[in-house]
Amino acid sequence: MQLDAKIPDGPLAEKWDRHRFEMKLVNPANKRKFDIIVVGTGLAGGSASATLAELGYNVKTFCFQDSPRRAHSIAAQGGINAAKNYPNDGDSIWRLFYDTVKGGDFRAREANVHRLAQVSNNIIDHCVAQGIPFAREYGGLLANRSFGGAQVSRTFYARGQTGQQLLLGAYSSLARQIAAGKVTMFPRREMLDVVIVDGQARGIVVRNLISGELETHAAHAVVLATGGYGNVFFLSTNAMGCNVTAAYRAYKKGAFFANPCFTQIHPTCIPVHGTYQSKLTLMSESLRNDGRVWVPKKAGDTRRPADIPEDERDYFLERKYPSFGNLVPRDVASRNAKEQCDMGKGVGETRLAVYLDFADAIRRDGRAVIEKKYGNLFQMYAKITADNPYETPMMIYPAVHYTMGGLWVDYNLMSTVPGLFVLGEANFSDHGANRLGASALMQGLADGYFVIPYTIGGYLAGTPQRAVTTADPAFKAATQAVNGRISKLLSINGHRTVDDFHRELGGIMWDYCGMARTNAGLEVARGLIQNLRAEFWENVKVPGDPGEFNQSLERAGRVADFLEFGELMLIDARARQESCGGHFNEAFQTQENEALRDDENFCHVAAWEFTGEDKEPAFHKEPLVFENVHLTQRSYK
Amino acid sequence: MTKTINLTLKVWRQKGPHVKGKLETYHANNISTDMSFLEMIDVVNEQLTLDGKDPIAFDHDCREGICGSCGAVVNGRPHGPEKGTTLCQLHMRHFSDGDTVVVEPWRSRAFPIIRDLAVDRGVLDKIIQAGGYISVNAGGAQDANAIPIPQEVADKAMDAAACIGCGACVAACPNASAMLFVSAKVSQLALLPQGKPEAARRAIAMLCSADKAGFGNCSNERECEAECPKEISITHIARLNREFFKASFGSSVQ
Repeated sequence: MQLDAKIPDGPLAEKWDRHRFEMKLVNPANKRKFDIIVVGTGLAGGSASATLAELGYNVKTFCFQDSPRRAHSIAAQGGINAAKNYPNDGDSIWRLFYDTVKGGDFRAREANVHRLAQVSNNIIDHCVAQGIPFAREYGGLLANRSFGGAQVSRTFYARGQTGQQLLLGAYSSLARQIAAGKVTMFPRREMLDVVIVDGQARGIVVRNLISGELETHAAHAVVLATGGYGNVFFLSTNAMGCNVTAAYRAYKKGAFFANPCFTQIHPTCIPVHGTYQSKLTLMSESLRNDGRVWVPKKAGDTRRPADIPEDERDYFLERKYPSFGNLVPRDVASRNAKEQCDMGKGVGETRLAVYLDFADAIRRDGRAVIEKKYGNLFQMYAKITADNPYETPMMIYPAVHYTMGGLWVDYNLMSTVPGLFVLGEANFSDHGANRLGASALMQGLADGYFVIPYTIGGYLAGTPQRAVTTADPAFKAATQAVNGRISKLLSINGHRTVDDFHRELGGIMWDYCGMARTNAGLEVARGLIQNLRAEFWENVKVPGDPGEFNQSLERAGRVADFLEFGELMLIDARARQESCGGHFNEAFQTQENEALRDDENFCHVAAWEFTGEDKEPAFHKEPLVFENVHLTQRSYK
Repeated sequence: MTKTINLTLKVWRQKGPHVKGKLETYHANNISTDMSFLEMIDVVNEQLTLDGKDPIAFDHDCREGICGSCGAVVNGRPHGPEKGTTLCQLHMRHFSDGDTVVVEPWRSRAFPIIRDLAVDRGVLDKIIQAGGYISVNAGGAQDANAIPIPQEVADKAMDAAACIGCGACVAACPNASAMLFVSAKVSQLALLPQGKPEAARRAIAMLCSADKAGFGNCSNERECEAECPKEISITHIARLNREFFKASFGSSVQ
């Protein structure tokens, strides 16, 4: 199948305007005749729900949390990018576009990224109008800071809680539409299948997590904003509930999955410290504005950091990348930290950590200034580690954080299933092989506030649809399948818990499909996953009943999907015989150990089609055409 | 330094909102002091599962102290003994070997128990729906720098906006009042110029909604402020009161 991204013609900067003009419109009075389902209430889903309702559509919104305000966007710390150029330091829409394409190691779609940069400014305007208390200068104007992969200050922030404030903004707009009766909110519901009628996405099956009942909902279009799949690694910075189930169920119903091996390992997280650990905690990238990353020059140096004199420290990022220094992109910073630890220079009890040192910044600016910028992050670090980062350097190590891969979407954010739209982290389109800091919030809100409101109208106005209700046989069939799977999970009654399987899966993925990959390792991992999956379906123990609040059952369904999805990641990683961004195959590196792309053979999106249980997925290619940027070896030196 | 401790847990078990619950005793052994409180419950739950018993139900998600999902009353204190800390960020190094730890759900008529430690806090969403927003549609905003906002005003608004909506203030209050929660949102939006046009309507609507939900009134016990994991100050309640009086006596909004 030839994938058509439906990129509009014309010069890059005019594509979006032209497309908005050319799309069909739904008359304001007719919008109320259309029902739209939105799954997920993070930045993308929350903003989409609110905005579609503002336009007049009837929206039904679903989340698995007890409230739409709790989606994991809330945990984003550092900030949101926009090309406002308020600091007058040379930023522009073009520069934000260019930095994002380059940061993604030239594996993103030009037209989508340019649109993202264009609407970035509207996002900041709207968020300020919503009452989001962004950081400000003394004169009352908005403050900016720097983030990785950019040499301008374009990141807007609200202390270390930017994601929280942006999400609560979207949530408040959503709350207003719920009160207005335009959105019906269904919390504590988990989407377990998408329902296809006449080849179009027309509804979903959800489990009511309190009563255990399966419910069906019909609509004219379905929007998935269900986040990323980082929890396939078990330990990640994702929330405990983050999962791939909604996206994976859509994949099994015909939506192609794009670039699943593109995962982001974030360089600044609190290191792993025990086998019981349930998750990892991120320390915002903004800390690299003022913190300096170093390790001892001598391998195996176990002295306390304060006892290591200045000339025996290696500030390896500043040394290797003098122009970007500590603010190189995340994939580069992570790989370098791993490299130092592999050389035996790691610090801390496990030797799997590097220092992030604020001593110079505190000496330069004073403790009060540093506290104002990062107080809540320092406090969080102190709580978890019982160390005081004002006095001793932080210890950090890379951890799984974000997934650039996701369901394939065209320029309209529609998947290969007509009527099934995918927004935010759940889609693949804007970040290529590596996402720059403060760009996830930008993309989630761009998709929800400023893209889907237009493109979904174009779809609805231009697509003939018959009336469909949940009485349609397709709903019954989907419900039966979901029911069968739940019964199966509960009936196994084996000897290992769900978490036990999940932890083992995570270990396999981290060891073989983490920061560095090899062809041999990826093949070994496939065998390991297949065996683990087989054991899961014979030996998992899920207590309780289907018709009750059963958190073990919720987790079991998610882990069952991860056990299949993990294999798809391995297949994708094995097929991409190059290194780019977060995908680093050891066989493909430059002499300086940077990722070595193969633009001749792999300048494309890999989109995978489900072909049946235990069958090899089918590979489809969307060639990436760069008309406006010149493909180069990324250099941050 | 990491060490391990043994604890006796007394945990509230209740199958649903309409059945009787009771405290059950469990032993949590070999607990690393680097674990979080929720990781300690994970360990207990793994054992319960293998023993063929129902694990303890509790809400949790981000485990970074920001989503507001988790929360339980630990030895009589919402989110446990550490100041400014959610339950997921409470580490076991704050407990001693041999301690008995009593774990109960939030107790309030407005928060019916779903199961064990999980409660229904849906009424907090209802209060926000009553007016905890600025009425602006996507697309029509002016430039973000068009209205300068003094830094200290933005900072104060941010102090209030830090509320995570966990419900600890309600659990802490002898009146089961949600006033700290309501005041945080009213205060954030009343401080900012964008929020002023609707300030009167918002204060009245949100307070009425909280009353209707069955929350009690504020009698200045200050327990909420002491237990709030984000350390939100009761000066916001004072601001809410001012907004409410202004709205009731000084505006045309009824």
